Amino acid sequence: MQWETVIGLEIHTQLATQSKIFSGAPTAFGAEPNTQACAIDLGLPGVLPVLNAEAVRLAVRFGRAIEAEIASRSVFARKNYFYPDLPKGYQISQYERPIVGRGKVEIVLDDGTIKRIGVTRAHLEEDAGKSLHDPGLVGDGQTGVDLNRAGTPLLEIVSEPDLRSPQEAVAYARKVHQLVRYIGISDGNMQEGSFRMDANVSIRPPGQEELGTRTEIKNLNSFRYLEKAIQFEVERQVELIESGGTLVQETRLYDAVKDETRGMRSKEEANDYRYFPDPDLLPLEIDAEFLATATSDLPELPDAKRERFHAEYGLSEYDASLLTTSRELADYFEAVARETGEPKLAANWIGGELMAALNKAEIEIGQSQVTARMLAGLIKRLQDGTISGKIAKQVFESMWSGEGDADQVIRSKGLEQITDSGAIEAMIDAIIAANPGQVEQYRAGKQKVFGFFVGQVMKASRGKANPQQVNEILERKLRA
Amino acid sequence: MENKSIAQLAADLRLRTYSSVELTRHYLERIERLDSRLNSFISVAGEAALASAERADLALKSGDVGPLTGIPIAHKDIFCTQGFKTSCGSRMLDDFIAPYDATLVERLAAAGAVMLGKTNMDEFAMGSSNETSFYGPVTNPWDQTRVPGGSSGGSAAAVAARLCPAATGTDTGGSIRQPASLCGVTGIKPTYGRCSRWGMIAFASSLDQAGVLARSAADAAFLLDEMAGFDPRDSTSADVPVPDYVDALDDDIAGLRIGLPKEYFGAGLDSGVAASIHDAISEYERLGARISEISLPNSPLSVPVYYVVAPAECSSNLARYDGVRYGYRCGHPADLEDLYKRSRAEGFGAEVQRRIMIGTYVLSAGYYDAYYLKAQKVRQLIADDFRRAFEQVDVIMGPTTPTTAFPLGAKTDDPVAMYLNDIYTIAANLAGLPAISVPVEPAEGLPVGLQIVGDYFQEARLLNLAHRYQHVTHWHQAAPAGFE
Repeated sequence: MQWETVIGLEIHTQLATQSKIFSGAPTAFGAEPNTQACAIDLGLPGVLPVLNAEAVRLAVRFGRAIEAEIASRSVFARKNYFYPDLPKGYQISQYERPIVGRGKVEIVLDDGTIKRIGVTRAHLEEDAGKSLHDPGLVGDGQTGVDLNRAGTPLLEIVSEPDLRSPQEAVAYARKVHQLVRYIGISDGNMQEGSFRMDANVSIRPPGQEELGTRTEIKNLNSFRYLEKAIQFEVERQVELIESGGTLVQETRLYDAVKDETRGMRSKEEANDYRYFPDPDLLPLEIDAEFLATATSDLPELPDAKRERFHAEYGLSEYDASLLTTSRELADYFEAVARETGEPKLAANWIGGELMAALNKAEIEIGQSQVTARMLAGLIKRLQDGTISGKIAKQVFESMWSGEGDADQVIRSKGLEQITDSGAIEAMIDAIIAANPGQVEQYRAGKQKVFGFFVGQVMKASRGKANPQQVNEILERKLRA
Repeated sequence: MENKSIAQLAADLRLRTYSSVELTRHYLERIERLDSRLNSFISVAGEAALASAERADLALKSGDVGPLTGIPIAHKDIFCTQGFKTSCGSRMLDDFIAPYDATLVERLAAAGAVMLGKTNMDEFAMGSSNETSFYGPVTNPWDQTRVPGGSSGGSAAAVAARLCPAATGTDTGGSIRQPASLCGVTGIKPTYGRCSRWGMIAFASSLDQAGVLARSAADAAFLLDEMAGFDPRDSTSADVPVPDYVDALDDDIAGLRIGLPKEYFGAGLDSGVAASIHDAISEYERLGARISEISLPNSPLSVPVYYVVAPAECSSNLARYDGVRYGYRCGHPADLEDLYKRSRAEGFGAEVQRRIMIGTYVLSAGYYDAYYLKAQKVRQLIADDFRRAFEQVDVIMGPTTPTTAFPLGAKTDDPVAMYLNDIYTIAANLAGLPAISVPVEPAEGLPVGLQIVGDYFQEARLLNLAHRYQHVTHWHQAAPAGFE
């Protein structure tokens, strides 16, 4: 039987503020447990929350970036439940009136078509702390609580159930990830938990309007796990229904080691969160001035940038899309293109050598040993004929290993191209003289032997002979 | 000494008739000698009080002083005091020592006031008789078989018995005004947001407001001058200019329009209390005020609305007391759930548990709309009643409580009867309005309080009205037998 997969994602992205959403404690990652939690984060008696305006500014930027309505009045609510890492016994979140309303995100499908994914809402909330079970840290059979993360600002971005495959879900999640980093509201660091995803998954017969019973897979912190978890869950649901079973609405966890999802709690066991407006915080009012200031310096967004790269630089859709993956990469490209006046060449080098080197070293563009200026310098030497394409790759490698810029490498290694036709002719004469058999073959019509001669010349010149000149002179001499 | 007003004490300190250390020692000695009959203090500061009195004396010598420099006061044990136990009347916080001062504690200390100690209260401010305290009930100085009212019962009893010149209190549904009325002292609950809630342990955040209990409106004005004002640490605190309350005390009240809500003079009002209130209102007429009857049609709904809204907020506010980080923890918990259940069952008293249960219920899925949401709508109607009333009159007067102080234990088994004691006070909290209770002629030897409710931020007007009345009457000066 055929089934249609229906997926909606909830993404928790940590906002890049210096201090917490309701207190002045710092948000830096990795400090000693409980050293970045103040009286407010600890939920001591009598303390009160005060909203961090920076978190609001960042949420507003996101809303604008997905062309969503920004609520002029939104309300913080308390989500009540007991857990040791939740100091107040409730989490301050937004429930009925979120700060960001309906918006959209576009993803590119495998066949190149663009699909619009609805964003239902995005709301501000505080993160909880962490429970520590490591015996080395807290002792055998003990659980420790680290409240450093408690009160860290989060933006929860909720999508419509518009995603139809694990691949679409990943494309959407990547797009949101790209967006939050573009507009500078989150570092998006997945290892540190700055970008966590919950997937709501259900299946239904194609053509059916009504949604099937859904399960929610919690806390996925990599795109690969997101894809695999959904894949597994869809297969599990199909098998269960086709074998006559009944799905229960429940929360599940993905076990990456076993590559499976497991039930955590069912709807019946679920907490009744007893949401109600937080009486410690006034409704959040956003006026036109705040909105304008918060969004006035929004950078060019990825979709617009991609379009522009395509139109302005004549890049292929693929290259335009690749080079706009991150703002840093796009800026790098534009710097090289501007400096050299050779956007296509710049795109090729960045998409080829540079990306390969970055991937191999597992580093980001910002940490690249070869700066945009250095790559531009290399391309210029290639353009003005100082070096050949082949030598250029060698120069790139030397730059990557820290041997200086292109000119320094070319000079110190003597890699300038040989363009003196007299010198090239002399080399060719010697080679022709040394290989009479191959000359015979060529003259008998075996065109392929030409390549042998080119190879010999390049070998003799250690790759430095100008290839165009080599071709011309060789052809002339062999024909003679 | 203990019968002097704050203005007189301040003048004496300045003239060095006695030092702040002597004054403080005098009050500490009275507490030591007399409080065993009242149980109005949970903790007495002793040495710490004398140390701050010494600092006040130094300031007095240097001349760098305000009206409260060297004046002893007491704080309700709901205000956090850095390094000094803050119990909130609960076993849950019996060992809790806050690492910070409440804003009010900080402000009054900065003004030079000397903290004598922390006063007894209903557990987490939930009660109208001070009988829910983990530290035992407080008795009424006028009759020690009777309750002092609550939840600021310790503050009211201590002020009435002259164990301190003035004390702070908090008022969520009448917790300053009702004990002030029952103990014969002056108690003001300012507009919601007028005084910061930072460091004041929350009961019901949208209703809680700090205020003062003192023997006179003038004494209260001296404290409120220091307490009122915006605090960036409390998002609900009002950024509205604070007038000088002492300056406004003597303002003329001729021509002022006083409204008497007919709903506050109906069935359930004790006839003795009614007679005293009518006498007081006649006094205002003699002072030139104009009296008219008004209606607050939704006021009968205020008690049921309050007992939805306040428990709802309290059920969430008190969730932090879970035995995990601080406060009471049960012995040998078997697992996490056991830790939660027993710590809270053993750490909280019956009334607190009852309200947590009610609050949890009214916020639950399927009940939220019928209870919490409906209550919020009615709350708005109650506020609208007042808005309309203040288009016709300047202030509203009536009894603070339907009866005088009732005997200890009389209502402990009947929560609804207990709750009805706040029938006249709750509406001001629901609407967020300022209100004051002023002692008038006692009924059968027990104090009676006149409640005056004003429009938003009209505290100066309320203190002024109370002061003008106290200028021509002596009820507020009467001391209970044995505490003169």
